[in-house]
Amino acid sequence: MLDIRRIPIAALIGLVLTALFVLAAVFAPWIAPHGNAEIVSDTPWEPMSALHWLGTDNLGRDLLSRMIYGARITLFIAVLATALSFSLGAILGFSAAVFGGWFDTGLSRLVDLLMSIPTLIMALVVLSVLPSNLVTLILVMGVLDSTRVYRLSRAVAVDINVMDYVEAAKLRGEGSGWIIFREILPNALSPLISELGLRFIYAVLFLSTLSFLGLGVQPPDADWGGMVKENKDGIVFGIGAALIPAAAIAALAISVNLVADWILNRTTSLKGGRG
Amino acid sequence: MSSPVLKLVAQRIALGILLLLAVSVLIFAGTQILPGDVAQAILGQSATPESLANLREQLGLNQPAYIRYFHWLGGVLTGDLGTAMSSGQDIATSIKERLWNTLFLAFWAAIVAIPLAIILGLIAVRYRNGWVDKLISGLALASTSFPEFFIGYVLVYFFAVQYQWFPAISTVYDGMPFGERMQAIALPAAALTLVVLAHMMRMTRAAILNVMQSAYVETAELKGLSAFSVIRKHAFPNAIAPVINVVMLNLAYLIVGVVVVEVIFVYPGMGQYLVDHVTKRDVPVVQAVGLIFAAVYISLNIIADIAAIVANPRLRHPK
Repeated sequence: MLDIRRIPIAALIGLVLTALFVLAAVFAPWIAPHGNAEIVSDTPWEPMSALHWLGTDNLGRDLLSRMIYGARITLFIAVLATALSFSLGAILGFSAAVFGGWFDTGLSRLVDLLMSIPTLIMALVVLSVLPSNLVTLILVMGVLDSTRVYRLSRAVAVDINVMDYVEAAKLRGEGSGWIIFREILPNALSPLISELGLRFIYAVLFLSTLSFLGLGVQPPDADWGGMVKENKDGIVFGIGAALIPAAAIAALAISVNLVADWILNRTTSLKGGRG
Repeated sequence: MSSPVLKLVAQRIALGILLLLAVSVLIFAGTQILPGDVAQAILGQSATPESLANLREQLGLNQPAYIRYFHWLGGVLTGDLGTAMSSGQDIATSIKERLWNTLFLAFWAAIVAIPLAIILGLIAVRYRNGWVDKLISGLALASTSFPEFFIGYVLVYFFAVQYQWFPAISTVYDGMPFGERMQAIALPAAALTLVVLAHMMRMTRAAILNVMQSAYVETAELKGLSAFSVIRKHAFPNAIAPVINVVMLNLAYLIVGVVVVEVIFVYPGMGQYLVDHVTKRDVPVVQAVGLIFAAVYISLNIIADIAAIVANPRLRHPK
């Protein structure tokens, strides 16, 4: 079915890198040479050595181990936030298309309003009063991002809702739940899946930005954005420790992008461009 | 200009003002969503009942939310943004200089980014599907995946630490000579430029390519015009409206970039001010700065709309 030699080289690189990041995240406690908060050196920012492959960080903790645990926290939050934004956005978007009327109008205007403020600014406003913990973080990221998914799923569902098979399902008396989950959802999957990759990248970048600003994951835990913040003071002394987690974020985003691109191309050619 | 244009423009502006009012409600509501008491959240569990009561009085929490909203809105409309809880300073006075700093930084980033993006977009279209186009598009795709602080710190690492051409921290003060000020903002402006350049260039390329596929461009090519004069004389005038739109949308994107870039370079602007006071949970400052950012964002979008109407006669006669 899927011939590995037919995967384009860019997508293959993306797949391998993404898989590496995921493996590092899942098996973090077994792979990491040291503990997440374990201080292994008296001097901060030790250079790279055979003992500490990436050197040590601002408190003398092993940077490689922090990176591996950081992958876990980054991916965990980004995946949950994406899952939330997708389920919320898709279900509300499909419902708006199926029910129409005031439900559709009200929800669409609310989404327009939310999207008329930059996401980061709205997140900062809300985070100024909310307690800083993981649940709040995931909720804020998921809800704010679901506006984008809502727009896409509503647009796709409006097209599908007028198809004959949906009409047939309505005439034989199926409920709204059936229409949304059994008729519209399967047919809207392929455009949604390619959007999934982009939303995930956005979630990773957004989380990193929040943590970098000190409003995301709180110490002693750190995602990659938080690690940039911890090590940024070293840059002025020519110590590049902060660049490593920053580069990891970029690498993750690029590899997921490559995979998403490839999936998008595959699905569009299968569906004759309808995507 | 005929009156239908004026009418359309007036409509857009009125819509924008309405949207801005709705946004002010949203921002105010955003700081009220906590199920408990804001005063409790700010002071923590160990707060004494007296200090809680004081803070509630100071924040006006004894009144219902809608009264507080109108009180706040009335203040904003008359230029009174309230006082910061953490320092007790008047917010409007602290913001004035910072707003100017931020606009100064964003202005220079835009001055560099806009022509550069349009020229690169044109080059990519001229040599489309060649290696130049692929290189530009590839770099653009990669740089949309870079977080702002990656670009910022790479610039600092090389140009401030290794070569020491520019300062790593952008200190600016009142009455600073123009030359020094420009040197101080060189790196943050470069970082901001790179943040928006890729998006702007890709969208410019797409907008011009779209026009290039029309019949009159084919005619011009068949007349034997050179590729650049086809682009300059026939494609570009028709691409102006979409390109202006692209530019404005990306300037709006600068707003988000500016928050992070100011924190990286410790630049005394609005973004730094906002982030500082979110950390301090200083709600009045966050509301005021959030509203200003939203207002700038919405105004840029309205200007984009109006520019598109003026540049494209077809939009003046909606079907």
